[in-house]
Amino acid sequence: MDAIRQYLELYAGHRELFDNNSAHVLNRLRRDAYAALEGTPLPRLGSENYHITDLTALLSPDFGLNPARVPLDVNPMLSFRCGVPNLSTAVTFMLNDIYAEPEGTALPRHDGIIIGSLRRAAEEHPELVRKYYGTLAGLDNPIAALDTLLVQDGLFVYVPEGVRPERPVQLVNVLQSAMPLMAVRRLLVVLEEDAELQLLVCDHTQNPDNDFLALQTVEIFAGARSRLDIYDIEESTPRTTRLCTTYLRQEEGANVLLDGITLCNGRTRNEYRCTFAGPEGELRLLGMAIEDGERMADTYSVIRHDAPRCHSDELFKYVVDDKARGEFAGLIYVAPGSVKTEAYQANRNIVGSPEARMYSKPQLEIYNDDVKCSHGTATGTFDPKQVFYMRQRGLSEAQAHLLLKQAFMADVIEGVRLPALRERLTQLVEHTFTGTQNGCAACSAACPHNSK
Amino acid sequence: MLKVKDLRAEIGGKEILKGINLEVRPGEVHAIMGPNGSGKSTLSMVLAGNPAYTVTGGSAEFYGKDLLAMPPETRSHEGLFLGFQYPVEIPGVSMVNFMRAAINAKREYLGQPPVSATEFLKMMREKRAIVELDTKLASRSVNEGFSGGEKKRNEIFQMAMLEPRLSILDETDSGLDIDALRIVANGVNALKSPDNATIVITHYQRLLDYIKPDIVHILYKGRIVMTAGPELALELEERGYDWIKQQVDSQEA
Ligand SMILES: Nc1ncnc2c1ncn2[C@@H]1O[C@H](COP(=O)(O)OP(=O)(O)OP(=O)(O)O)[C@@H](O)[C@H]1O
Ligand SMILES: [Mg+2]
Repeated sequence: MDAIRQYLELYAGHRELFDNNSAHVLNRLRRDAYAALEGTPLPRLGSENYHITDLTALLSPDFGLNPARVPLDVNPMLSFRCGVPNLSTAVTFMLNDIYAEPEGTALPRHDGIIIGSLRRAAEEHPELVRKYYGTLAGLDNPIAALDTLLVQDGLFVYVPEGVRPERPVQLVNVLQSAMPLMAVRRLLVVLEEDAELQLLVCDHTQNPDNDFLALQTVEIFAGARSRLDIYDIEESTPRTTRLCTTYLRQEEGANVLLDGITLCNGRTRNEYRCTFAGPEGELRLLGMAIEDGERMADTYSVIRHDAPRCHSDELFKYVVDDKARGEFAGLIYVAPGSVKTEAYQANRNIVGSPEARMYSKPQLEIYNDDVKCSHGTATGTFDPKQVFYMRQRGLSEAQAHLLLKQAFMADVIEGVRLPALRERLTQLVEHTFTGTQNGCAACSAACPHNSK
Repeated sequence: MLKVKDLRAEIGGKEILKGINLEVRPGEVHAIMGPNGSGKSTLSMVLAGNPAYTVTGGSAEFYGKDLLAMPPETRSHEGLFLGFQYPVEIPGVSMVNFMRAAINAKREYLGQPPVSATEFLKMMREKRAIVELDTKLASRSVNEGFSGGEKKRNEIFQMAMLEPRLSILDETDSGLDIDALRIVANGVNALKSPDNATIVITHYQRLLDYIKPDIVHILYKGRIVMTAGPELALELEERGYDWIKQQVDSQEA
């Protein structure tokens, strides 16, 4: 595979550079990743679940990598504020793919909580990290395999049994470079039994005129009866490509909310691969994408009910305008023994222009009778009766569309379990639709980097 | 204020309005009556500018301006209000946001600054009182889950908020209980002034007991076939439409 070949060669030529600037626990999987990538071709555009994502095209450009870990000459943390009003978070950064903590940040450290660099954690707690790292992310997935081959650092979050950090944790992913750059990140999140965590991940791109490729693989272990919220919000640029796979394993009674929000992007593919490994788990998988111009958002999800009496509820909504494209493919699998499963999946979309495209493929595979499952997909334009009613009262067509689009996203926003974030998101969605601001600037008026 | 001449319109390739002539002056109340399917709602939709209908001929002037050339929102800003026979539900759009957007759109059109938050809340409170609209309804999504009668009341509430010069009320009385009918009619009367006018479309004399029309029209098969004073409504109540239908149909034959 040519697109992959350049990465294999890069790694083969600089193996020591990669290894010496990372940790053994990460290094030990590179060989397997290399073999997996060498052996399997990339899925082709147009093949199943790849209607709009052309991995070969996305991976072909000659992006620079930073295996020598050269630090940025301008540190965006000095001025960067990705704040949510009325929400105090413990903030950490990934500057491209280097972990960084702003000076003076008070990360929760009480009761054995570990939050910090994955590389450092792998050096300081090798047994702990080794137990989890790479155990969910299957190397048959080319994006996860490429991530495993090249990754050197990331975020590690460990919450011991029964512990709850006093504040939500926020990871701000910043892309900054004057040259085309590829950032390779890894997130490893482990909650022991009865632990709790709220994690907010925000993606930003600082240089709108430069091309970026962000690879991200997330492995999440939700222990028995743990409770976890992860909000992943992308506000990048039209020249940013993001390929992210999130793996989740839920033990008995774990309650997880995964929320993927694409407000502004270039080309994004988010995969979710979730498994109920123990009974009575609950998963809410939520997402929205607002796409205009020539942007693209692609979601692929698999929810495996491998244990009985679990409840999954999945909802993805897209608004695609102009020449934008969206794809949603979701599979719910219910194993033979998983009785009393409840699984709901919905994908609803507004296609706002004749040139915009939306592909939607919901899928259920159910191997026992004692289940409650439903799936549904609906793609449409605006209801002309509603639009006329609003225009009769004096709203322009554009204003009517705006209110309808915001209303359309309301249930996804309502799914957010942090009230302050819910409010912030309402504003961000409004800003995105009105186009009054875009990208990072919309996220934070207090972000001087973007108000040039 | 409104001069409609030989107005023709179609929907789905079918001609529904076949030459409507109608003139409304400030201060007047007109009633339009007529059998089901005669084109009353079509006329109101066409005057309000519903793009689902195609105007195939004739003209309509509103304060000397070409009404038919304006997009629906401009007609609204110019002071035309349509109370819908079937108000649509708009889940997720709150009445408050909707009304604020509507008021501010009109203000912008008139070159006025947006309404302040306190001013707006005061307006909402005052106008709600006119139609005795429940506070809870005003804080919900537009018409979502409203009963038939609540929807109609909400139409009059919006009319009160927008202070139109010409209101077309399409069967605002249908679905209202006796008390609601009185409240809605009182609301309409309270908003009446020598400068504005109302067209009520109705099937029943009942409403006209409260809202006294100056002129009554009968619309049948896409034409206004009879125009008279308020006594015409009373006569219809007694005799039904058959005699008019016969008259018109025999002329056609
Ligand atoms: N989309 C459409 N396509 C074809 N015919 C239509 C369409 N919409 C309405 N019509 C027809 O137009 C005619 C007039 O309808 P309209 O709703 O204006 O009548 P109306 O006088 O308001 O009746 P009612 O008293 O029942 O409210 C009816 O025959 C109706 O069936
Ligand atoms: Mg009608």
